[in-house]
Parts: sequence; structure tokens; C-alpha cells
Amino acid sequence: MTPPRSAFGGPTLPFQGRERGRLLARYNASPAQALALVFVALFLLAFLVVPLLRVIQIAFTGPDGAFSLVHFGDFFRTSLLRESFWNSIYVAGMTVLLASLIAVPLATILARYRFRGAALIHTLGVVPLVMPPFVGAVAMQLIYGRNGTINLLLMDWFGFRIPFMEGLNGVIFVEALHYFPFILLNLSASLANIDSAMEESAQNLGAHGFTLFSRIVFPLALPGYVAGAALVFVKVFDDLATPLLLNVNNMLAPQAYLKITSVGIADPMGYVISVIMIACSLGAMLLSALVLKGRDFAITQRGGGGLSRRSLGRWGTAAAAAFVIVALAVSLSPHIGIFLLSIGTVWSFAELPDAYTVQHYVTVYRESLPLISNTVLYCGLAGLIDIVLGATLAYVVLRTKLPGRRLVEQAAMSAVAIPGLVLGIGLLRTYYDFQIPFTGESLATFWFMLVIAYAVRRLPYALAAATAALQQLHVSLEEAAESLGAGKLRVLSRIVVPLMTGGLLAGFVTSFATAAVELSATLLLVARAPDAPLSYGIYVYMQSAAGRGPGAALGVIAVVVVAIATYAAFKIAERERGLKSREMF
Amino acid sequence: MTSGVAIEHVSFGYGGTAVLDDVSLDVEQGEFFAFLGPSGSGKTTLLRLIAGFGAPAQGRILIGGRDVTSLPPWSRNVGMVFQSYALWPHMTVAKNVAFGLERRKLSRKEIARKVDAALELVELTAFANRRPAQLSGGQQQRVALARTIVIEPEVLLLDEPLSNLDAKLRVEMRTELKALQRKLGITAIYVTHDQEEANAVADRIAVLDGGRIQQIGTPGELYDRPANRFVATFLGTANLIEGHVQGGRFAADGFALDGIAAPDGPACIAIRPQDIELGAFSGGVAAVLVEREFLGSTMRYRLRVGSRAIVVDAPHHRGAKSYAVGGTVGLLIDPRQVSVLREN
Repeated sequence: MTPPRSAFGGPTLPFQGRERGRLLARYNASPAQALALVFVALFLLAFLVVPLLRVIQIAFTGPDGAFSLVHFGDFFRTSLLRESFWNSIYVAGMTVLLASLIAVPLATILARYRFRGAALIHTLGVVPLVMPPFVGAVAMQLIYGRNGTINLLLMDWFGFRIPFMEGLNGVIFVEALHYFPFILLNLSASLANIDSAMEESAQNLGAHGFTLFSRIVFPLALPGYVAGAALVFVKVFDDLATPLLLNVNNMLAPQAYLKITSVGIADPMGYVISVIMIACSLGAMLLSALVLKGRDFAITQRGGGGLSRRSLGRWGTAAAAAFVIVALAVSLSPHIGIFLLSIGTVWSFAELPDAYTVQHYVTVYRESLPLISNTVLYCGLAGLIDIVLGATLAYVVLRTKLPGRRLVEQAAMSAVAIPGLVLGIGLLRTYYDFQIPFTGESLATFWFMLVIAYAVRRLPYALAAATAALQQLHVSLEEAAESLGAGKLRVLSRIVVPLMTGGLLAGFVTSFATAAVELSATLLLVARAPDAPLSYGIYVYMQSAAGRGPGAALGVIAVVVVAIATYAAFKIAERERGLKSREMF
Repeated sequence: MTSGVAIEHVSFGYGGTAVLDDVSLDVEQGEFFAFLGPSGSGKTTLLRLIAGFGAPAQGRILIGGRDVTSLPPWSRNVGMVFQSYALWPHMTVAKNVAFGLERRKLSRKEIARKVDAALELVELTAFANRRPAQLSGGQQQRVALARTIVIEPEVLLLDEPLSNLDAKLRVEMRTELKALQRKLGITAIYVTHDQEEANAVADRIAVLDGGRIQQIGTPGELYDRPANRFVATFLGTANLIEGHVQGGRFAADGFALDGIAAPDGPACIAIRPQDIELGAFSGGVAAVLVEREFLGSTMRYRLRVGSRAIVVDAPHHRGAKSYAVGGTVGLLIDPRQVSVLREN
């Protein structure tokens, strides 16, 4: 699109007359857009790229200040750290396995069979995600722990225990129960995208039963499964709060945290662990990308609409119903547990709490309202920053040809692969020595740094939401407004932003909800109790036996907040889809 | 070995709505047969029933005299080419083609030989190791065809196979398809909504509308002797005139035609635009010329007889006589070119 010229051949747009303007016109951009891109780039440079490089630099710097691998040598010579490394890999791998055992049957029932409990499975796809795993962990110890409800009952009835929550088992169980929806959702989407003709053509050529499944359905659904499994692996590998709360310290994330908080930010081992965590995270993503290479089937398939559903038969229906009910019951148990804990007086060595009270909620109301207001403030600001940066970047990437825009986009998206703990360490180290004028407080532990950490980590989601919203908005809608005489700014404010509102709102709510239960970066960056958000408060309460009641009450509040936000995001997205499909197609 | 297909009183519905209503027809062995109809006419459903995707509520389907009504798709040995081609994106072209043979427990050597032969037949030997996504639409279409004929099915079913191709390629491919069918001597059933396509490829056509068969015949028969209004207008353009027959004379508002072989009573006749000749009015049917469109090989006149609109196509050549808009002309109609339609 070349800018319009007047009848006399002269420029009609004011910036075109100057040399700089002509250059920008070639990139199809206005000075404001170029400035916006620079601003986003600087934000990412300051709060993502530099902190990360700082972490890497320290990890590779020897005592003499030169490049060295000595710290990595130390890492692998220390048996505790070696053990932690293998434990982290083992936990993440086993979580993927356990989560798959739950998610794959559910997705299969949903996609391939007529099953009246389909709504239950959809519920299962969301219920676990609204409760952060570190909140659920405490409740699960009370239900599945050595002296928890289930094992007490097993002991009474059959005289044995099952070590659900012993050591690494507990972490695997808690994480698998929280993260299996990622596999369920991705695999379901993948199955739903398979054109039923893919299956019918195989049947037509003589395939059915297991052959049909293993040769056609499974390979076509593999991309979704791998994407979900890789995500689960990375999330579990990075999770700091769950092992800490379950008192499992011999894993990488807790080790890094303990080094930084107990030995100090000068100890190089925390940085070495950070680098190893990034490497594993990237490794898992690379591996999944490698598996998926040339398998991006979604774009090569026409039609879609999912496989044709068949009848399960009486026994099949019974088995499916039993599986779904057990899965739902186990998925809901942390929610029920945390609720009981929040209204129970004492719950120890017993199937259920001894008596019930609202005292914990009163305690929370008296002591901890700032936790909630802090969370609303921090996460609200972070969500706002995300949609502004996300929408700006999406617009610049899709509508201009400015050089470097793709690089900035990739930098923003790369935050997905950066553990919150590592980002926290990087921010802490980079900005520790900066002092805020007058107060003398360190910039790293100033409360706004939490907002920034949240914003950086959630930016990929907001960017994806904004990009999707903008992609649906055909450029001709903007060109029509321009041809009617509206300038770039007017087009933006009257056409683009109103049409993107729904997508941006959904992005905001998602950012808000996930930031509200962030605990990895939070644990590192909170310096003073009055600045602490909800997630930090829950963690601190849960450390002591007396605090578990109020901690659970706060947990219930967090779950309700996240559930409402998730529901709102879903509704907004759904309404938006409805509007778009009515108006545009 | 190829077989004929017999459909006997087949009815089919989804929920309460009937999609097919008492459909019967016979497809001869080695014949190229077409199901022609608008969308929603039930043509694709009927094809899918032959392949075994769904079971008729009533009636039987026989392939080569064998009742297959209750057989699952994988035991029928009919080959179907899907509208979307349904090539498996995770397999190469050769693997796609080999799939049906592997299910038939042939030796590896035998499979390789047959795959090569099938790819050679559709001129895609050089593409054996490509993925479907790396092929053009026309090439994908030919892979789908090779994948189906390689299993030597008793019947070849084609569901709108050319609808995803552009116009030029569509014409090329239908010629190729026809030649291939002749070469293999295979019974083929072709579903389409495009009457020109059906006319070009099919030996015989069944015209479907509203889940019922309207008429079965060769393309020429359907065009020249349409049985009803739907067939007359769906295959080409026709002037439909409702009136009365009395003693071999058809009369309607402004019309009078002698030599119509139909029993006395109300009747509807169909006349193709090119079967009416224009001339100076000298008795007979008078018409007012409303508009004319130059179409190249013909001049299309839109006329008015009484309250009725009539279309006439006059062949065009240099120096052809043309008539001015607004004038009155006479219509010359040969009664032998008039079709009397069955019902209204």
C-alpha cells in the first residue's frame, strides 16, 4: 500500500516530505508506530534480555572474572545437585506419564464416542487449572498423605497404606492432577481438527479397529499430544512452590531458590542451576518441535469437524463413566480439601476436620486484606501492561514492515520458556544495586518489580490473544476508513481498537488470573510483608501448622478469583466469536 | 473384477428429515454413471450408502448381485474418492497409495509393483516421496484417484471429485477421468451438481432432487426428453408454458401449437431457447421483443408473449439478421422439438 498522492504529484501526508518520513513510508509505518516498536523493544531488553544475559554471564564467570566452566564442574561434582537434577527430570517425566494416563482416555472418549457425560469431561478440562498446585498440595497431603483421609481408611479396612505423597511421589501426583488438562485440551483440539474423511477413506480402503487408530488417528493427533506433553514437562520442571510446600528440596528449582535466599545473590550456584533449567526447558521445547517437524497438519487439512462418533456399548459406557467419575472425584479432591481446611478447626490424623468454624475467614479479613488488594493492584497493572504491549506489538508486526519487528516478537514469545524463578533471579541481580531516589530502596525489591515480572511472563499470552484478534480483522476494514479520509490514529481509535476489544479483554483476564497465583518470581522479589501479594501470603501461612486454616481460606479466595476470571475470559471469547461469525461471514 | 450396482427401494433419514425416499436404480457393469442434483438432493448420501457409511432405513444395496447392505465399509471393496481428497498428511504419496494394499496382505514386492503402476497411470511417479501438502490441487486429486484404483475395487465412487479445482483444470481432469475409466473398464459412479460435468463424463445420469429420483437416462435423453419441470430447467434452459391440450392442439394465453401428442387436459410443455425461430409476424404466435444480449455464438432475445416471458437463442454469424428491441416478431416452433412434461 503506497500512501496516496495528490493530483499534483506532491505528498499529501505531512511526514512524507522529509527524508526520515520517506524511509518510514517504505516500511509502511508512521513515526508513532516506529516509536512504539522501539518502546516495546526497550521494555523487553531491560526486563527480559538483560536479566537473562546477566544470569548466564555470572554462571560462566570464574572467580578470576574470566569465562569459565568451573561452576558447572562444581555443580556436577556435588552429589546433592546431581541428585536434584535427575529428580527434576524424573518428576517432570513421570508427571507427563501420569497426566497422559488421565488425559488420553478422556480425550479419546470425548472425540470418538457418543458419551452423555461429555459435559463432565469438559468440566475436567478446567477445574484443576483454577487451583494453583501449591494450594492444592497442602490439601492433598491431608487427603492422600501418610496420615490422610484415604490412607487412614485403607489402614482401617485393609491394613495397608499407599505412599501417594511420599517424597517425589507427592510432587508428581500434585503436578499431574493440576496439569493434565493441558494434554487433554491440546489433544482434544487436535482430534477435533481431523477431517472425518481422513478416517472414512481408510475404512474405505479396508482399515478398521486398531489399524485405523494406530495408522491414521493416532499419527494425526500426535502434534496436539506432543505440544501438551512438552508444556506439562516445562511447567513442572520450572515449578518452585509445589516442591517447597511439600518439603521436597532435592530438586533443581528449590535448590536454586535456597542458594539465592540462604547463601546470597552472590553465590554462583543459583545462576548455574538457572542456566541448566533454561537449557532443559528449551531442550524439551526443541525436542517437541523436532518431533512435530513437518507435521503441522492443521493447515494442510481441509474440512475438519472431527471424527464420526460411535457407540460405546453397554460395558464401554460403564467403563467410561467409571473412569470419568473417578477422574473428576480425584481432580476435585484438592478443591474440597482446601475448602474443608478453611472451615475446619483442627485436621490432623483424621479423615475429616474435628469441627467447623468461620474463624479463619475472620482472621484473613482482619490480617490479610492488603494481600488481596496488592494482588488486584499488581495483577491489574501487569494485565494492563500486557495488553498495551501485546496489542502494540501485534499491530506493528502485522501491519508494518519495520525491520526487527519479528525479532522483538520472538523475544516477547520466548518468555514462555523462561522459568519464573530464573526471571526473578535475573531481575534481582540486575536491579539490586539500583536505588530509588529519596527512599534509598533497592529497585529490585520495589513492589513495581513484581508487576514487571508478571507482565513479562504473561506477555506471550496477551500477544497471542492480540495477534489472533488482529488477524481476524481484515486490513480492508482499515483501508476503507483511510480511503474515507481517516488518518492512522483515527483508524486506530475508531476501527482497530473497538474491534479488538473482546480479544484484548480476554487477554487481560487471562494475564490477571495466571499472575494472581504466580509464586516462583514472587518468592524471590518480595522483600517486605506489606508488599506481598495473595500467593505469597498463602505460602507463608502454609508454612506453620497454625497458619494452615487462614492459608486455606486465602486459597479458597484465590481459587474463586481465578475461577471467576477464567469464566469471564471464556465468556468474552465465546461472545466475540459469535459476534464475528455473524457479522463477517 | 468390476461389478454393477443395484439400489432397491432405499430410504434414509437423519432424525425426522428424510434424505432419500424410495430410491431404486441399476448401474450396469463397466458403466460410467452420474448422480446429478442440487445440494441437499441426497446424491452424496446415496453414494456414501453404497460405500457403507451409514445404513439405509429401508431397502437393499447390491454390488455384483451380492447384498452388501449390512457390510461395514472395510469389507465392501468399493473405492471412494472423497471431495476433500482426504490424503493423509503424515504419509508420503507412495505410502498413501500403498495403504489399501497393505490391508490386503500382499507381499512387499507386489505392493511396490502395484504402487508404481498406479502412480505411473496418473503420471505422478516423480512425486512418490513427496508429502501431500507439497502437491498442487490437481496432483492431490490424482493421488486420491491412484490410492483408490490401486486396490482394484469392484466399483469406483467419486464424490464431487473436481469441485476443489479451478475451472480450466476441472475440464482437463474430467477428460482424463473419463479416459481412465474407459481404460480400466471399471464401473464408476460420479456425484456432481454440475450438469455440464455430468453430461461430459457419464454414460447415464440419475437426476435427484429432494431425495427422489427425477429421471434416469443418457445425457441426450435427459436434455431432449425431460420428464418434468425440474429436469427441464436443471439441465439447460427451457421455456415452460402451462396450458391445455385439446385434440392435439396446445393452447395457452397467446399461444397455439398444433401437432402436440398428448392426451386432452391441462399440460405443461418445455421448449429449448434454440428450438424457437424468430421471423416477421404473419399469424401464429406474436411476441414483443423486450431485450437482447449478445453472447458470441448466439444472440439471446428476451420476449414477451401475453404476460409470459420467453427466451430465444438465435445462432450468430456475420450478417445474421437481428431484430430491434420494442418490435413485434413471430415465433416459429416445430412441434417435434416440444417436450410435454409429466407432472406440472
